[in-house]
Amino acid sequence: MEHAEAITFDPHAEEDRTSTGIPHDKMGMWIFLCSEVMFFTGLIGSYIVLRFGSTWPDPKKTLNIWLTAANTFILICSSVTMVKALEWIQRGDTRKMKLFLCLTLLGGSIFLSVQIVEYRHLLHEGFNPHGSLFGSAFYTMTGFHGFHVFCGVVCIAFCTGKAFLGKYTPQHHLGVETLGLYWHFVDLVWILLFAIVYLI
Amino acid sequence: MTTDGHTIPNYMAIFWWLLGLTIAEIGWAVLPHHSELVLAGGIVALAIVKAVLVAMYFMHLKFERRTMGILFASTLILGMILVSVGIGELVLPRPGYAHGVVHGPSVQ
Repeated sequence: MEHAEAITFDPHAEEDRTSTGIPHDKMGMWIFLCSEVMFFTGLIGSYIVLRFGSTWPDPKKTLNIWLTAANTFILICSSVTMVKALEWIQRGDTRKMKLFLCLTLLGGSIFLSVQIVEYRHLLHEGFNPHGSLFGSAFYTMTGFHGFHVFCGVVCIAFCTGKAFLGKYTPQHHLGVETLGLYWHFVDLVWILLFAIVYLI
Repeated sequence: MTTDGHTIPNYMAIFWWLLGLTIAEIGWAVLPHHSELVLAGGIVALAIVKAVLVAMYFMHLKFERRTMGILFASTLILGMILVSVGIGELVLPRPGYAHGVVHGPSVQ
């Protein structure tokens, strides 16, 4: 006869770790990021095949490199503020954690706003997704990345709200760390996309 | 200072490296190059260095357990296989294809 065991589960207990010794939330995020690696590799791989397998316009003549370079700088800054938020909560300073989470939220929002402005300008100029192969590839790759940034900004807003409600402590801050992983990954992907789509 | 069993890296130093590499990347892209391969090679190399810096220090992969590194590396290897196969499609000759033009049945 099987005996049903009553399993008590505390969702806030960071001691809940997988057999690897890594907390469930963090492990789940890493596995999700691995699937994201495959997703973006598929897009980048397809872009490389299209880019070098057909006649391609010079991206520097169509796209505004300087505006996007500034936007890349903003995203890198937001990645730094995210990691600083984690550092401060680990050090026990919740006030600075809140400040840096707000700065990260601001950075992500500015990045999205600049991307919208860029899209509007390019569409106005006649560079659209159905006009050319370059246009299709450009909007697909940057659009999917932009969607990831949007999801990140929503999650950071949620996380910042929780921080202001005092949900994070130096002992319990896995939410900030897990969200940070996602945000740095979004930054990492943009570093590659900026190089491949805009500069080559 | 150490937290969660590892030393907190100097994040600002990583930031300055990322900024410097981004400026170098743009400089390399703007400079005239004789070959597209040289242009692409330089930019991709700089981008990979930046991506590695973000993964190692901001995502703390350098300080994580080896399991995590293996997990992440395995997807990177699969990704590289995918891209290599794609590049192979470009480089290797294929029967029925000439200069990227398909000699198949015409589409009505």
